[in-house]
Amino acid sequence: MIPEIGNFLLIMAFINAIFLGTLSFVGAHTEHDGLMRFSKRASLSIFVLILASFVCLTLSFINNDFSVAYVANHSNTQLPLHYRISAVWGAHEGSLLLWVLILTGWMAAVAIFSKSLPRPLVTRVLGVMGFIAVGFIAFTLFTSNPFERVFPFIPIDGSDLNPLLQDFGLIVHPPMLYMGYVGFSVVFAFAIAGLLQGDLDNKWARWSRPWTTVAWIFMSLGIALGSWWAYYELGWGGWWFWDPVENASFMPWLAGTALIHSLAATEKRGVFKSWTALLAILTFSLSLLGTFLVRSGVLTSVHSFANDPVRGRFILVFLGIVVGASLLIYAIQSSKIRSKSNFGLFSRETALLFNNALLAVVTFMVLLGTLHPLIQEAFTGGKSSVGPPYFNLMFTIFMVPILILMPIGQQISWKQEPIKPLLAKYWLWAISSVLLALAVVIIMGGIEQMALVGTTLGLWVLAGCAKYIFGQTAKSDSFVKGLKKISRSYWGMLVAHLGVAVTVLGVVLTSYFSIEENIKIRQGQTVQVEDLSVEFYDFKNTEGPNYISSAGSFRIYSNDELITDLHPEKRKYNASKMVMTEADIDAGLFRDIYVVMGEPLNDGAWAISVYYKPFVRWIWLGSIFMALGGLLAISDKRYRQRRRDKKKEKKAQSTKSKAEGHTSEAGNE
Amino acid sequence: MNKKLVLAIAPIITFIALVVFFWFALEKDPKKLNSNLIDKPVPEFKLPALKNPELVYTSESLPTELFLLNVWGSWCGPCHIEHPYLMKFSRQYSVPIIGVNYKDKTIDGLEFIESKGNPYSMIIADQSGQFGIDLGVYGAPETFIVDSAGNIRFRYVGVIDDRVWSTKIQPAVEAIQGKPLDKVAESPSAVTQN
Amino acid sequence: MKKLITIMILMMSLEALAVIETYEFETKQQEQLYTEIIHELRCPKCQNQTIAESNAGLSEDLRYIVYQKVSDGTSKRDILAYMQERYGDFVLYDPPVKPSNYFLWFAPLAVFLVILIAVLLKVGRRKVTTEQSESEEE
Repeated sequence: MIPEIGNFLLIMAFINAIFLGTLSFVGAHTEHDGLMRFSKRASLSIFVLILASFVCLTLSFINNDFSVAYVANHSNTQLPLHYRISAVWGAHEGSLLLWVLILTGWMAAVAIFSKSLPRPLVTRVLGVMGFIAVGFIAFTLFTSNPFERVFPFIPIDGSDLNPLLQDFGLIVHPPMLYMGYVGFSVVFAFAIAGLLQGDLDNKWARWSRPWTTVAWIFMSLGIALGSWWAYYELGWGGWWFWDPVENASFMPWLAGTALIHSLAATEKRGVFKSWTALLAILTFSLSLLGTFLVRSGVLTSVHSFANDPVRGRFILVFLGIVVGASLLIYAIQSSKIRSKSNFGLFSRETALLFNNALLAVVTFMVLLGTLHPLIQEAFTGGKSSVGPPYFNLMFTIFMVPILILMPIGQQISWKQEPIKPLLAKYWLWAISSVLLALAVVIIMGGIEQMALVGTTLGLWVLAGCAKYIFGQTAKSDSFVKGLKKISRSYWGMLVAHLGVAVTVLGVVLTSYFSIEENIKIRQGQTVQVEDLSVEFYDFKNTEGPNYISSAGSFRIYSNDELITDLHPEKRKYNASKMVMTEADIDAGLFRDIYVVMGEPLNDGAWAISVYYKPFVRWIWLGSIFMALGGLLAISDKRYRQRRRDKKKEKKAQSTKSKAEGHTSEAGNE
Repeated sequence: MNKKLVLAIAPIITFIALVVFFWFALEKDPKKLNSNLIDKPVPEFKLPALKNPELVYTSESLPTELFLLNVWGSWCGPCHIEHPYLMKFSRQYSVPIIGVNYKDKTIDGLEFIESKGNPYSMIIADQSGQFGIDLGVYGAPETFIVDSAGNIRFRYVGVIDDRVWSTKIQPAVEAIQGKPLDKVAESPSAVTQN
Repeated sequence: MKKLITIMILMMSLEALAVIETYEFETKQQEQLYTEIIHELRCPKCQNQTIAESNAGLSEDLRYIVYQKVSDGTSKRDILAYMQERYGDFVLYDPPVKPSNYFLWFAPLAVFLVILIAVLLKVGRRKVTTEQSESEEE
């Protein structure tokens, strides 16, 4: 009964969404009061309906209702409760429902938190999102219904969730990532609504900014979580593989990062308006493209869902309609948008322009590399591959100028600033980053050219943030007073850039100075791996809730001093009979020690892998800083001010917020 | 003004091209690889016969007429599905089928043939898998069509059943040799002699 | 049937996790070269993994071949050519720089250069007006 209720709720939501996705535009166009009110209510009710439907699917999992095909294929009575719940989004159908849930969640959030916005604009925004919801609910209902039953032969037990997914990572990574993916639909809808009304003023940019930033925060964390998960779960110490599915999430992130920067310029200076709108469209289009690539089977990937060409066609048609229509609107309306362009070559505007150009080119590069095998096949009929060697090289080429420009771009004035006196202030910082990098690289194990370049750039970005903070505090009476003078949104930018530096340092140092050794070891034996001694002192077979496990115990010494005691496992899952390795990691701020059990060898010894990964945590730590930066930026008083203002009269509000804009800009000089 | 128009229209044109392109890409199976050996001779090899380890086969031992080269192993599930079809085709048509027993234990390979019948006119035992690698084999069963000049002309990866035979293999063979496949006239038992 | 095959493929790729071999090399350079090469070859069987990551029987064989060739002193180029001869460009995760790949290798840079030149020409020549007379473009 519960699955039928879920299905029914889904259908109800579908019908609601159809009304929302059509009537809203009529309502906004005619400024019909009832219709505009309807769009808000419909948004909320769709969210509630989908939420209830999602709860129904979750209940089917909790109750082990194996008459539901999706549950039977992805769960098992032995599966612990928390994995039964996260198994809801462990495969295609359920994860699609999660996608829809999050989309409608964003929609409801827009409906609730947009009281200060002009009503026709909000109505259009909700209309666009409702239209997207129609497509995705239809996709769920007609091609991938998670509530389908398996009659008449109901399996006694389910075939289990893929053991790789029986992990904390599955609980947090997909919801986080989808929050980001789908969150970009808000700014997309804002862009369409803005283009439809033919005006993208700085108010438009100000409304769009926090939504974009929030989506970007989720996306940054989602990607980092995925990377961290792959790192500890897959057992070969890698954290990024340039797999098509990873690229599918990385492209919207890159475009979204560019969007955050161009929105800043659009809000503050009224420049790049049409480009910002286009970028908003492209960012969400890349999210949709990612969904297509992952779920259509057009590319192979270790992560991709079970594929079906019908689904591929459905998504492609929908993608074509949504993106095609929005680009058409852009083509028609963008000429009406007037941008200011009163800035010189050496100005914050130009710096942001380069930031956008570089990020856009990197996005293009990732897209090209991902699709190139397909293009190649279409023209030559042969299969080819584009993998990490290409992406790493190309990504590095474009990251170098981005990082070089970052500290300068964040501190150059708007409009125009003489370049020579500005650069003169950076010399000492630049030289000290080179020297410090040299020291770091030598301590880490020797001068590798690229490692030196990368470390220098990472430190250079850190130096840029430090330079600004010192500059500000020097002007003030006391250090703390100086810090307080920096506005929240500027702090946000500094912290996010700090995060970039931390990630860069982590990537560079772990890539160049990791130690990776496969060794043969017998119980009781001690083997030397570079500076570490590895002692294999115990071996046990144990039983988990739904698996049996063989665990080795290893003590790791450095200079006869015990550093850590690790217990990597090999698990065999009862239902699927799959064998999984569970690495054990001693995590540290400056290094990880990572041990993986391999296979028993003929002579009673085991093959194990020992990894020493310096600074690997910094990769993910950096993204936490980036997210924190985003949080600081949206907590800026400009946005809080707006909420207080809404009680006042509308006229007063517009003049006031202009004045606010000026004061907060002053903090950015 | 003109430039502005171009910038406004360029995104949608590019996008439409991309969608059309994806539409056609959806039809293809991304997992199937083309052989890199098309129009090249069968790689050199020197391997024993499965049934008689004393007997050594080389490239010279291969037929001088068009033949099929089928890579299989007793460990490979799909090969068990394919086997009855190969038996049937070997009875129906006179085209020789050469087997490559790939990465198999001799005893298992022999067991397989003895219990299920032998569709092959000769079986090359490739225990180490080196010949398979030289052939670019990535998943058994794989079937190559080799022409009378000894060049590989076609490869099929996967199980050959009636449908695959009539839609892929037979047309390919007939296109290569320029005439219809010869049917076996005499009694089918002739084929199983080795 | 189709479902069964999908499931089988899925299972195959799942077993293909974390392989550990303990090949011994004469020199550190050889070991590094070996690691580098196996990380650049794509497993033809499991499709989206390097042969270093994959546990498929074929990857194991290919790693062994790489190990042998590295120990013999064969150059990286020759080893990659050996693999390319058998499995085509598909196995090379590092796409070779050749005419059919020119677009892949050079388009991003070309696009960037075009933007760079356009910006320098347009913004570089511009006279910046004072605050009072802020003009709108076109």
